[in-house]
Amino acid sequence: MKRLFPIFAILTAALLSYALYAALVGAPTEQTMGEVQRIFYYHVPSAWTAFLLFAINFLASIQYLVGMNPKATRVANWIAGAIAVATVLAAYLLPLPEGVRPSAVATSGIAVVGLYFLIQRFFPEQKVDVLAVTTAEVGVVFCTIVLITGPLWARPVWGIWWTWDVRLTSTLVLWLIYVSYIMLRRFSSSSQTPVLAAALAVFGALDVPLVYFSIWIFRTQHPQPVVGGGGSIDPRMLHTLLINWLAFMCFAILVCWSRYRLEVLTRDAEETAALEAMLEPRSLP
Amino acid sequence: MNFLYAAYAVTWIIHIVYLGTLLRRYTRLRDEMKRLNKTED
Amino acid sequence: MTPSTSSLAAVTLKKDLRLEWRSKDAINAMLFFALLVVVIFSFSFDPTAEESREIAGGLIWVAFLFAAVVALNQTWARELRNDVLDAYRVSPAPPNSLFLAKVLGNFIFVSVLELVMAPLFIVFYNLRALGPSYQLLLVGALGTWALVVNGTFFAAMSLRTRSREVMLPLLLFPISIPAILAMVQATRNILTGEASAQFWIVLLGAYDVVFTIACLLLFETILQAE
Repeated sequence: MKRLFPIFAILTAALLSYALYAALVGAPTEQTMGEVQRIFYYHVPSAWTAFLLFAINFLASIQYLVGMNPKATRVANWIAGAIAVATVLAAYLLPLPEGVRPSAVATSGIAVVGLYFLIQRFFPEQKVDVLAVTTAEVGVVFCTIVLITGPLWARPVWGIWWTWDVRLTSTLVLWLIYVSYIMLRRFSSSSQTPVLAAALAVFGALDVPLVYFSIWIFRTQHPQPVVGGGGSIDPRMLHTLLINWLAFMCFAILVCWSRYRLEVLTRDAEETAALEAMLEPRSLP
Repeated sequence: MNFLYAAYAVTWIIHIVYLGTLLRRYTRLRDEMKRLNKTED
Repeated sequence: MTPSTSSLAAVTLKKDLRLEWRSKDAINAMLFFALLVVVIFSFSFDPTAEESREIAGGLIWVAFLFAAVVALNQTWARELRNDVLDAYRVSPAPPNSLFLAKVLGNFIFVSVLELVMAPLFIVFYNLRALGPSYQLLLVGALGTWALVVNGTFFAAMSLRTRSREVMLPLLLFPISIPAILAMVQATRNILTGEASAQFWIVLLGAYDVVFTIACLLLFETILQAE
């Protein structure tokens, strides 16, 4: 694993440079917005990466809460399975909003539940909490980038820095929730911090749909999603976007990897320090 | 055009600053470990 | 035989109300705090009757939100003295009865505050509702519950953190954003009479149901965490 890290880092750097070239030179210039549209190649991949990291954080938090009790774990696994089946059924049986393909809904339902079981398989007990810390922190970094590049694009195109639109507001609230999550972790030093943080993550996840619906009824100004929706996009632009996403995902994995390792080492060091304090009472003043 | 460069620059500045904090925490942790290992002997 | 959840909740609630009745700590602090907020807002904006209908919803709820935090911070701090909370933890009483009693207690405190402060708002801002004013009661009740149920939960959570008085608003405000938006918009719509407040009342109701269930499911875990 350790030797894999530098190889992966070099690959990521190469991919990022190629993605930067594609974004600045390779992709055609947009007709109405001009060069500024190229911000999109950094903004959108960062947003997708941030949301994915927050989703992993939510799944890991649930995993941590139910993992304390074997019976709850079993119940949660059954519920997760039922959610996958229900999403697939609903995707093909219920009428969906225009432009949403049933296969997309079904795939994302299965993917989320699959991710849940993957986390369960590879991150047992305390490791799942380390995963939650890691994804929350790196997610906030990516989300910050989304919130800064967004206004930088909006100013020349819309003429305003900020508007209380659905996507902008939900992203901002999500960012606020996760900043408070990190603050809770900072301020709480007891051994039960993971439990408190996991509960907060679950509350945050419940909050997001409510935020979304509450702002949805105002007219939305944000451009409709171009991928998966009904919009059309130049294939070269799509290619650039996907390359950038791949590059940023690799970068995110790299950062998460380092952060994960740091957290594991920190916990080891804390344990050693606690043990030593117990073994050497004479060092007390 | 300036907005474009600003956005790209800001993205990388934030990433580099975060990596910097990680690196600082790593070095601090390594010093801490060294200290712990020393007291063990 | 262990007594039922509701009777245990009633006992705890009665104890809290009696304590509050004798000391009047929380309610006095809240009232004075809210009064200060009202006065400061009033002279920093000095709006006309038309404008105040537009902004009063926001001002009222911001004042109540800040005042509620004052009360919420004291809820559990009281149980820490003499290790009462540890006694709860080892007792076989269902934790949710304790939680419900605390939520109801805070709900009563904040409602009393709102009933006292509402006339003051009307005087300072020359308010007169142009829409159906009976709906304000519904918005008030649902909005207060939304603040108090999560506030009590997060206050229990922040008990175990350093500087917990600061921690509570940091945790509570982000999660409460949709509820606050709904309360403010509903109040504004009722005061101006321009649009129906129905959507926002339904949203508040949904928020209350979702988070009450979440709190009841997770409270035991939080209480046992130490």
